[in-house]
Amino acid sequence: MKAPAFDYLAPTSLAGALAALAEHGEAAKLIAGGQSLVPALNLRLLAPGILIDLNGIGELKGVSVQNGHLRLGAMTRHVELERSPVIRQHAPLLAEAIRHVAHPAVRTRGTIGGNLCHADPASELPACMVALGAWFTLAGPDGERRVPANAFFKGVYETDLGPDEILTAIEVPQAGTNRRHAFLELARRSGDYALVGISCTAEMDGDIMARLRPVFFAAGPHPMVADHAASVLNGRKPTAALVQAAAAALADDLSPEGDLQISAHTRIHLARVIFRRAVARLVPEAGLDGPQEVAA
Amino acid sequence: MTPRPLSFMVNGETVRLLVDPRRHLGDVLREDLGLTGTHLGCEHGVCGACTIRLDGEIVRSCLTLAVQCEGARVETIEGLSDSGEVADLQEAFRNRNALQCGYCTPGMIVTAQDLLLRHPEPTREEIREHLSGNYCRCTGYHAIVDAVAATAAGRTAKGSAAA
Ligand SMILES: Cc1cc2nc3c(=O)[nH]c(=O)nc-3n(C[C@H](O)[C@H](O)[C@H](O)COP(=O)(O)OP(=O)(O)OC[C@H]3O[C@@H](n4cnc5c(N)ncnc54)[C@H](O)[C@@H]3O)c2cc1C
Ligand code: FES
Ligand code: FES
Repeated sequence: MKAPAFDYLAPTSLAGALAALAEHGEAAKLIAGGQSLVPALNLRLLAPGILIDLNGIGELKGVSVQNGHLRLGAMTRHVELERSPVIRQHAPLLAEAIRHVAHPAVRTRGTIGGNLCHADPASELPACMVALGAWFTLAGPDGERRVPANAFFKGVYETDLGPDEILTAIEVPQAGTNRRHAFLELARRSGDYALVGISCTAEMDGDIMARLRPVFFAAGPHPMVADHAASVLNGRKPTAALVQAAAAALADDLSPEGDLQISAHTRIHLARVIFRRAVARLVPEAGLDGPQEVAA
Repeated sequence: MTPRPLSFMVNGETVRLLVDPRRHLGDVLREDLGLTGTHLGCEHGVCGACTIRLDGEIVRSCLTLAVQCEGARVETIEGLSDSGEVADLQEAFRNRNALQCGYCTPGMIVTAQDLLLRHPEPTREEIREHLSGNYCRCTGYHAIVDAVAATAAGRTAKGSAAA
């Protein structure tokens, strides 16, 4: 349970970190909060030659609102999502979701950038970023590029990030007054990774559902956008029968795997349960709670 | 590989050491500084026995590299005990039998104190939520929640008596 030996560098600028990454190549590993990396080191799943610490880089910190976007530095810690009034106001979904990510003493160190780059398929934040239509800024030797969240996540622990790149910031379009959200997850113990979870946003045109965007986690190799289910409801007035039909369509949207905790079949079943609950929460005025739960 | 000089504050005293980058803070506290109140259970973040305070926030000392603590302020269960900050919590743990083997207790106390500083009047649900990352293999948790709730009630009563 002890990490293998490695060297350590603590650059104080993004340029310094990029230069170190370029110099050490494959041997280097970035460390942010260390809450996924250090367990992997202690379990000797990884043996980097050198760690490049991002904690001393001011450019990667800070939360601000800039022309219609909430900008989160990659080194924003989980606990800031929980405490920041700016985040609560502009991206309440993130403030709600973060309470399901790990435990208080992990959230004080863990960072959004590290969480997104780690890309655990059962992780909450990637799904939230896809639901919110966030954009990620990646810095590399040739400058910056921006990638939409849904193109960033490629597979299990796999992202679009190049080995010579650093995620510097996340931009979340500000919530319009009409935007609603719902977040639900099932886990065996508070703070554990989800058995299955859903993060979704929607708008209502009167009593008509518009732009419902349900994104599941722990239901496939990366955040899974449930387009089939959404298309059943979008443009219509949500009724219990329609929600049931949409939940049935989830079989076409999700590709969960079974593991020691839960079978793939049960995951799909639970995904349907939380989907119905999520829609009921999104449109409380439609009175969808109740009997349909029994039908599960 | 190359050891690095480290200078930080531990329980109010400045400490200077040479440490290998691979070593986590929990090991350095225990082995180099003799502060064995910080317990190591799993060393991958799941048990909470190693919880300490770093610059005022609770963290896992097994998931924090010692070299990352340059210039930082670290407080362990020894520091919190000596200052008397958690004396009432410790007393409540004794009174309620909230420990048996005691392995989880330092982490529980550090974490519970963090909750009480932020939310002086937590519900039982909030206590359980805040302690969700701390395993106890002996007590079944009920007595621990009792002890934290009793401490909260005691502090609140004292606060209002003083006012
Ligand atoms: C007990 C426990 C329970 C947990 N439960 C959950 C949970 O329920 N849900 C959940 O989502 N997470 C959970 N986590 C993980 C936690 O959220 C981590 O903090 C997070 O996944 C990684 O963030 P970090 O800042 O600690 O990154 P690190 O561990 O430092 O890094 C993770 C990876 O990302 C890379 N990286 C980090 N920052 C950047 C960057 N800016 N640019 C490019 N690459 C970068 C690193 O090289 C590394 O490969 C848990 C962790 C623990 C210990
Ligand atoms: S030893 Fe650190 S969490 Fe278990
Ligand atoms: S008292 Fe033994 S682990 Fe908690």
